[in-house]
Amino acid sequence: MSNPTDWAAVRADFPILDQQVRGQPLIYFDNAASSQKPRAVIAAIAHYYERDNANVHRGLHELSSRATDAYERARAKVAAYLGAASAEEVVFTRGTTEGINLVAQTWGAKFVRVGDVILLTEMEHHSNLVPWQMLAERTGARLRFVPVLDDGTLALERLGDWLTPEVKLFAFTHISNSLGTINPVAELCRAARAVGAVTLIDAAQSAGHLPVNVREIGCDFLVLSGHKMCAPTGIGVLYGRAELLEAMPPWHGGGEMIVSVSYERSTYKKAPHKFEAGTPNIAGAVGLGAAVDYLERLGRAAIFAHDLELTQQALAGLDALPGVRVLGPRGERGGLAGFVMAAAHPHDLTTFADRHGLALRGGHHCNQPLMKKLRLPGTTRASFYFYNTRAEVDRMLEILAEAVRFFA
Amino acid sequence: MSTELEELYQSVILDHSKRPRNFGEIADGAVHVHGDNPSCGDEIDLSVKFGADGVVEDVKFKGVGCAISQASASLMTMKLKGRSEADAREMLRAFHDLVTTEVADPPRLLGDLRLLAGVRKFPQRVKCAMLGWRAFEQALEQKSGDASVSTEEA
Ligand SMILES: Cc1ncc(COP(=O)(O)O)c(C=O)c1O
Repeated sequence: MSNPTDWAAVRADFPILDQQVRGQPLIYFDNAASSQKPRAVIAAIAHYYERDNANVHRGLHELSSRATDAYERARAKVAAYLGAASAEEVVFTRGTTEGINLVAQTWGAKFVRVGDVILLTEMEHHSNLVPWQMLAERTGARLRFVPVLDDGTLALERLGDWLTPEVKLFAFTHISNSLGTINPVAELCRAARAVGAVTLIDAAQSAGHLPVNVREIGCDFLVLSGHKMCAPTGIGVLYGRAELLEAMPPWHGGGEMIVSVSYERSTYKKAPHKFEAGTPNIAGAVGLGAAVDYLERLGRAAIFAHDLELTQQALAGLDALPGVRVLGPRGERGGLAGFVMAAAHPHDLTTFADRHGLALRGGHHCNQPLMKKLRLPGTTRASFYFYNTRAEVDRMLEILAEAVRFFA
Repeated sequence: MSTELEELYQSVILDHSKRPRNFGEIADGAVHVHGDNPSCGDEIDLSVKFGADGVVEDVKFKGVGCAISQASASLMTMKLKGRSEADAREMLRAFHDLVTTEVADPPRLLGDLRLLAGVRKFPQRVKCAMLGWRAFEQALEQKSGDASVSTEEA
């Protein structure tokens, strides 16, 4: 590796961070909900609109070929970033949620039958739960859940109790957005393969935060959202193994996804294009390509180490606050700290923090069933990214200590 | 410390959130309304017993949620008990005005509920303050039986 990263210089790449909120310097700790964007990404999008904008794959003119090149170059970058075998395994979507719905409605509709089991975990985000409930309702398949233990990890020792041969698909998150748990994804994929189950990984919280290589992990599908990894909103990725994507029927019908159309019927392009009906989010893809370049330059291992350091600092400080309980595993974990404060409900606490310029998230974090199981009305979450600093974590801990006194 | 925070979380409000008054359920002869804020998970179970001519004879609530939702419901039950239907409706209207607009001189009728005026500086918290009142409004509409209301349409 090269020299240690100059994180202060990296932070200066993010114009939005340099502002006051409510008369205080902004501390943005809601990165698990959405990350901020570096100048390189904003500039790439601006450049696209100022120089190259046109529709893709259809015009025979110069701008259209530039736009097409930019769009397909972004696909190739993402494929390399994820370690995919080829760019054809990368489908652009609007985000994680759309990617999961795409798989549920195409692969699921074709291959899932009455009596099959769709295995999930108790820590899934609503977006990796509701589409499967809808599929189960349509097909008569059953849902099953790997339990979450008190320490915030999955009940892996008894995985075989749930991961049985009836399991057609095992869909699970890489990093829990409320607990911070990092699941052993490669191990889970191996176990799923052994019973013939297809795997889908929700990489919304991991793709921008630690090295993710689909071939090393051995997953069949993986989904992510650009906006959580320095790219704009409205762009995401579904990675699918070529063989699976080929076997899947198309999803939306329309332009871009067809080879030929008559009044009666049409023939479809190959993956990934058969899943990308209509004019895609070209500028979004360009932004995602720039984000991937940016993250690769920093190095995902370095990003992970930075976030983990802030997380450990935050957890140690939170443990020292009276009446505060931290959720999730200790040691190696995702860059977020979810906690409850006895004196204050998460919404009162986040309102309090907001008036101090500190952006936290309070609530159920789209994990309603998990919150119910943990008997919590919700939690407060601080989530970090590489542009956050130790000084910001210290300031957060001061503000939270003040909150303990204020609400006591 | 921001004064807006101090206005929002006055000691009376924090006290009601920690030690809610009229906390419980009226078993017989009451309207029961379940109210929730799905986006934040606040919940209220309101029981209202109406007397002749729609007088609010008794009112109790149970609930979980943020300080604003719980204190507002607690203060509401104290102020509503014994009120005529016309007064209760007037309070509902006046309270909504209090938390959403700049009211120079809020009606005396509201009593300690006027302490919740600070909510208007926090637009995202208006639905917390209104939760108990939405449930009460529903109770007024139906006068008997059970119902539920939500601050978001299902
Ligand atoms: C673990 C996880 N899965 C899925 C999602 C949904 O992502 P999006 O809303 O971008 O589709 C999120 C983000 O909120 C998440 O944290």
